[in-house]
Amino acid sequence: MSEHDIDPALLRGLTTRRGVFRLAGLAGAGFALAACGVEGKKAAKPKKDDVQKFWSGKKENGSLVFANWPYYMDPKRPELKQFSKETGTKVAYKEVIQDNASFYAKVRPQLAADQSIGYDIIVMTNGTQFSQMVDLGFLAPLDHDRLPNFAKHAGEKYKEQSFDPGNVYSVPWASGFTGLIYNAKYIDEEITSIQELWNPKYKGKVGMLSDTQEIGAYGMIATGADPEKSTKADWEKAAAKLKEQRDKGIVRKYYDQAYIDAVGKGDVWLTMGWSGDVFQRNLEGGDLRFVIPEEGGIIWTDNMVIPTTAKNPVDAITLMDYFYQPEIAGSLAEYINYITPVPKAQGVIEKDAAEAKGEDKEVLEMVAESPLVFPTAEDYANTSSYRVFKNSAEKKEYESIFQPIVTS
Amino acid sequence: MPMFVMLSLSLQQGDVVEGYRLTWHWQTYIEGIRTYDEQIIRSLGYGLAACLLQLAIGYPMAYWIAFHGGSRKSSYLFLLLLPFFVSFVLRTISWHFVLADDGIVLGTLKGFGLLPEDFHVLATTGAVIGGLAYNFLPFMVLPLYVALERIDPALIEASYDLYASRVQAFLRVIFPLSLPGAFAGVLMTFVPASSDYVNSSVLGGTHNTMIGNVIQNQYLVAQDYPIAAALSFTLMALLLVGIFLYARALGTEDVLEASAR
Amino acid sequence: MTTLSGTEPATKRRPRRLTGSRLLHIHTWLVIGWLCLPIAVMILFGFNDTKSRFNTTWQGFTFKWYGRLFEIEDLTKALGNSLLIGLLTTLIAGMLGTLIGIALGRYRFRGQGALNVVLFAAISCAEIVIGAALLSLFITMNVPLGFWTILVAHVMFCIPFVSLTVRARVLTLDPALEEAARDLGAGTWTTFRLVTLPMIFPAVLSGGLLAFALSIDDFIITNFTAGSTITFPLWIWGSTKAGSPPQVNVMGTLIFVAGVALAVLNALYARRRRA
Repeated sequence: MSEHDIDPALLRGLTTRRGVFRLAGLAGAGFALAACGVEGKKAAKPKKDDVQKFWSGKKENGSLVFANWPYYMDPKRPELKQFSKETGTKVAYKEVIQDNASFYAKVRPQLAADQSIGYDIIVMTNGTQFSQMVDLGFLAPLDHDRLPNFAKHAGEKYKEQSFDPGNVYSVPWASGFTGLIYNAKYIDEEITSIQELWNPKYKGKVGMLSDTQEIGAYGMIATGADPEKSTKADWEKAAAKLKEQRDKGIVRKYYDQAYIDAVGKGDVWLTMGWSGDVFQRNLEGGDLRFVIPEEGGIIWTDNMVIPTTAKNPVDAITLMDYFYQPEIAGSLAEYINYITPVPKAQGVIEKDAAEAKGEDKEVLEMVAESPLVFPTAEDYANTSSYRVFKNSAEKKEYESIFQPIVTS
Repeated sequence: MPMFVMLSLSLQQGDVVEGYRLTWHWQTYIEGIRTYDEQIIRSLGYGLAACLLQLAIGYPMAYWIAFHGGSRKSSYLFLLLLPFFVSFVLRTISWHFVLADDGIVLGTLKGFGLLPEDFHVLATTGAVIGGLAYNFLPFMVLPLYVALERIDPALIEASYDLYASRVQAFLRVIFPLSLPGAFAGVLMTFVPASSDYVNSSVLGGTHNTMIGNVIQNQYLVAQDYPIAAALSFTLMALLLVGIFLYARALGTEDVLEASAR
Repeated sequence: MTTLSGTEPATKRRPRRLTGSRLLHIHTWLVIGWLCLPIAVMILFGFNDTKSRFNTTWQGFTFKWYGRLFEIEDLTKALGNSLLIGLLTTLIAGMLGTLIGIALGRYRFRGQGALNVVLFAAISCAEIVIGAALLSLFITMNVPLGFWTILVAHVMFCIPFVSLTVRARVLTLDPALEEAARDLGAGTWTTFRLVTLPMIFPAVLSGGLLAFALSIDDFIITNFTAGSTITFPLWIWGSTKAGSPPQVNVMGTLIFVAGVALAVLNALYARRRRA
């Protein structure tokens, strides 16, 4: 703003040795304090009475804060409005999560200090951050007596997820695929293969995700390995492939959620991306296409969880359950176009489609039949999940292979 | 005090789950510098390039305002500062918008067929350096202006009286007298430019990562605190040593005496 | 900003006109154009009649975003946070910085050299290093990040700027004035309040304004110390990931206009006082 004055006396001060020695003395004190290090906090295995211990004495407060990703609800928030009308609970909905790692890094120190992070529900993808939150005891164990709709309507597949068996800490918000997104305004031919990401024709016009799990998995699929069962050798092979793609100048940039804006306005023509975002972006105009590559895609699940430090856990769990009513789940899926964990939502959407007219009808019919919202067994078979790490050493090894690719 | 905590943290080992303990693990530094040497050098290079660019752009401007600005000198300086009433982040993002591949500038040019369809400015080294130069330009121009403005016109007249040509007057009188301003300007722009990460993450692409991005990423995404702290400390040390040598080389005292407004 | 009032040119003999001066004139205007281009675009797109949350192509002129300025609750809150932190920073850093500035300018004491080193280092230090160091400190001490850590960080990086401004002013004062006040029977506090403070007030004010400007604009240090609290620059940063709404442009425009208006008023005021 204004020019900083550099005071000659100050610079002279910099060179006076006495001053520096004094500082060193001060430093000693600082160092003594700092030497104690950062505390770790490993949680004990979940016990049976945890649920009871957490939930006893908790009351409804009439309001809650919901932290979610962008493109995960109709901007008019019809479901939340209806929820507020029915229950009188106010919901503040915040689109603050751009990717798992940076969001988690932001809130972790607060969670570690047993402080509220200001959110009562957060949505985290199955993955390293999710597992770490479980390990560190940051997540409230869910009281399934308060989740009757979940018990009744959730698909069986969603009740036995390997990252959280028995839904001790989480219930799914939505699942989705990581696939290829291209802007048909710039690319005329049909894209089907993951190898197109390496096509020199699109040099400088290819986007990749910066998340190491996503990009690692894609590198492995491109080199013919299964991410779920991959070994260190597979990782290295994948990393070499990704490096080649980067160093040939094919990749323009590694993106978080920002990729959708880039492909939407033509900064990139072809990118890795998430299934539902495309439809929502197309509602705003444009012609983006989504494909699961023929070599296979990645499927993931975003989960609603309640931090142990949440101020309004009862309101939060009520809202969680609310989204498992087929009507609500259907209405959500109609807009976001991600896989709903409630199979009965399909009936709801079909019914809505039958009642709708014109363009809306077409869209709704398409959603009801879309394999991206209601995948078939075959679709599931062609997709793989992220690699689950056995321990933190393995995770670190993985990171050290893929992190340098993204930060080049 | 935070500096020493950071120094300590950089010597610790462990991870978020297990906690960190001070183990005097100097290897983190070696490892960090070896892994990210490219980014460190790149950052210093970008900082330097941005400085030179600013000098090239800013010197003529400061010169003109100082000697030909007339009664409207302050209005010109005001215009120079005008964009800086808008937040730094917003300015950078606005450039991203202006320069988008199919945006208002490139899109229009492409529409007229003046540029090939896949031409882009964003995600290039040039965009990052340009952004850096843009964002810190006033810190270069103002000290230059102050130094030039202070030159006693009598000195220049005297040089003409001694039959100096204009070029000679400039090289022998004006330029040396403006050096203190250039010194202060470089000091004030090099440090923020070479440690910035906003420009390279908004305007850059692959192979544009600067050390600031790495530090930011290690602290706020990967949460590998020791290596993040080690890299920040390395950066600080490099910059401090650089400033110190630079000040020594140019003879700090009178230079600063003159540049302090 | 401070230069604006201070560089009113004295009437000097100008050197002979250079033939290249026209070229330099054009150059200057080109640079100014370059500087203002993104700002102009930002302002323009605050008037864009876009249908959706994406504000990328021009779709017609409208004032509607000005009417719907506070529609995005989080953005409003972020702006509120920024203003509150800015004000508190101005007050606290203004006070502490003034005291340090007076001490450095007026007295000799143990540790003065060290203090000078710290102030200089803090000003010339890269922002990211300050942010990283503070984050290290907060993490090590297990302080939860949020509003208060941002405030502490802002106060910390603003103090040196205030104290240097004040110090420069104190150095130009004649100590005899304070002695005279004491001779006339004024106590320490009375002397400070009635003699010292009014004399250094312009410096305190400009230091405070500088602190406010630095605080409200800061992104890098805030990003490190914010936790899940969001300020205006942080919100903008997050919003661009999914396409930023026109309200961002509008708020940027309004802040811009307010800042410019303040600066112009200040310049006019200074001119009148001098006249």
